[in-house]
Amino acid sequence: MAVTVLDSLNHALDHAMDTDSRVYLLGEDILDPYGGAFKVTRGLSTKFPERVLTTPISEAGIVGVANGMALRGLRPVAEIMFGDFVTLSADQLVNHAAKFRWMYNDNVRLPLVVRTPMGGRRGYGPTHSQSLEKLFLGVPGLKVVAPNALGNPGDLLLAAIAEEDPVLFVEHKLLYTRPLLEPGQGELADYEIQEFSEPYTSYVLRIPNYAPCLTIATYGYNFELARAAALDLMMEHEAFCELVLFSQLSPFGLQPLAASLRRTGNLLTVEEGTLSLGWGAEVAARCVEAVEGLRVRRVAARDLPVANAKSLEDAILPSVQDIVNAALELVGR
Amino acid sequence: MSDYFSLYKTMLLIRRFEERLLAEFSTGKLVGTTHTYIGQEADAAGIFSVAGADDVIFSNHRCHGHFLAYGGDPYRLAAELMGRATGLVGGRGGSQHIQWRNFYSNGIQGGIVPVATGMALVEKAQKTGNIALVFIGDGTLGEGSLYESLNIAALWTLPLLIVLEDNHYAQTTPSEKGVAGSMTGRFAAFGIPVWERETADVLEVRLAATEAIQRVRSGAGPACLLLHTYRFSAHSKGDDPRSPEELTRIRQFDPLNVHAKRLPSAEIEQAETEVAPVVNDAFARADADPFPSLRDY
Repeated sequence: MAVTVLDSLNHALDHAMDTDSRVYLLGEDILDPYGGAFKVTRGLSTKFPERVLTTPISEAGIVGVANGMALRGLRPVAEIMFGDFVTLSADQLVNHAAKFRWMYNDNVRLPLVVRTPMGGRRGYGPTHSQSLEKLFLGVPGLKVVAPNALGNPGDLLLAAIAEEDPVLFVEHKLLYTRPLLEPGQGELADYEIQEFSEPYTSYVLRIPNYAPCLTIATYGYNFELARAAALDLMMEHEAFCELVLFSQLSPFGLQPLAASLRRTGNLLTVEEGTLSLGWGAEVAARCVEAVEGLRVRRVAARDLPVANAKSLEDAILPSVQDIVNAALELVGR
Repeated sequence: MSDYFSLYKTMLLIRRFEERLLAEFSTGKLVGTTHTYIGQEADAAGIFSVAGADDVIFSNHRCHGHFLAYGGDPYRLAAELMGRATGLVGGRGGSQHIQWRNFYSNGIQGGIVPVATGMALVEKAQKTGNIALVFIGDGTLGEGSLYESLNIAALWTLPLLIVLEDNHYAQTTPSEKGVAGSMTGRFAAFGIPVWERETADVLEVRLAATEAIQRVRSGAGPACLLLHTYRFSAHSKGDDPRSPEELTRIRQFDPLNVHAKRLPSAEIEQAETEVAPVVNDAFARADADPFPSLRDY
């Protein structure tokens, strides 16, 4: 059976706990046999009963306790059951985790990972479907990392656990059951893929021997939609795209995106968070400052809560067709 | 020197340090805000005379008294308050955000309690025999994360002592407008025992602290030390709604006067003689120190 994103994350946690007794997991309903709402921690409480702590429904408490553990030498990995609930721990992330090292003049380190599933398309409605990572982008001292199905999500998680500073690790729900993508194989067979900036790898994908007219920048699950759109643009419109896939959302460097934009002159950002004042807005602004003559469009969720009914949810969240339409408008076709 | 003398000297150091601090605001050498500990000195002096040297402390916005009683350097604290590069955290934190050895403080009400709970978990997991102490006030009783922490600390039998200093006012809001029901009942609901004292006597505080700390260190789980106390100064600087009559009344409960009765007058004078140069030196040295710059960023 193919290795899924879920397997990859679960194996990474297992490996981290096996090789480092400072690693603790804490979160709601993470004990076996249930193993967590999305099963990322399945099997771990059986194997490491002393270090897998099931908590009350207390998101501020979970992240606060994890902060104290991290300040005093452990490496806690906290799970927030749904990303929507991360707002309940916002004070701990913003006013505690992200600040302590700098505010205490680098006297301390805070090796914390907060993992949480974000995203919709499962019909969970307004408070269990959001992509709220945009609220935590640009917080000084807090890294935001999002795995995707390319590369190895477990390696990203291990890199986050190895950090000396706090990381918010955003897992899109629809990724969990996806098999890992292999460069040069299957859906990626036509692409030439370059990797950049370890440990949170960014990727540039291009079709060799065809001049690209557009760069699509995205992260997480929306890479799946962006690839489908790129295929459509190539087959139906003979428009070739470069895809730039981010793993580290905040803080972020302009390369390799800026180099791609110098080749294509057109940037399309794709995200599942709401459009206004979001990830794509900041990426676009930074790129426009750096790349002369750049043209930009953003595809994102409508500025509405995510509805429960499928017809409404589909209309609110970005679709492959939305990406194709925006791309065609951007390149003038 | 006698134990009584040392308790008195700790309280006097806090008092004179805080008085000097307030005075320096009028000279323009301090900017921003500060929360002084004047009136509450018996709490810190009593508790830190019996806390373990390696216990972990999480303090709050009103942290100077805790820090000085912990054994912190008045000069490094003064330098921090004056925004100097030599301050405890290089001028980045200021009055409410300091760190030294096992002492931490932060200016967010309530948010420090789960952090201290996590610190207690580490001491338990590593079987160090140390405990975590977290300082909150009556105002903190309004914060939800406090109750999340009490629940977790009790469920997991963590070595956490919550020191609740009830000085009767949350900034300008009296407890009767901010705290419904019973203070001790809040802890009782989680099965957390409370040592409650209404006192300005450092020896009474010390005795209660000894018992509460012993209980927590024994591995029996969290406890609360609830101290009803008075702060004589404003919450920060210009925010004191209390009447002159009320201020006069509470000044009767001055912990320095209460304890001074136990000391010969020569020791009282000696304490002043020893503390004055420490405070002078702290502020004078700090004043000569450089300001930090952002050049490293």
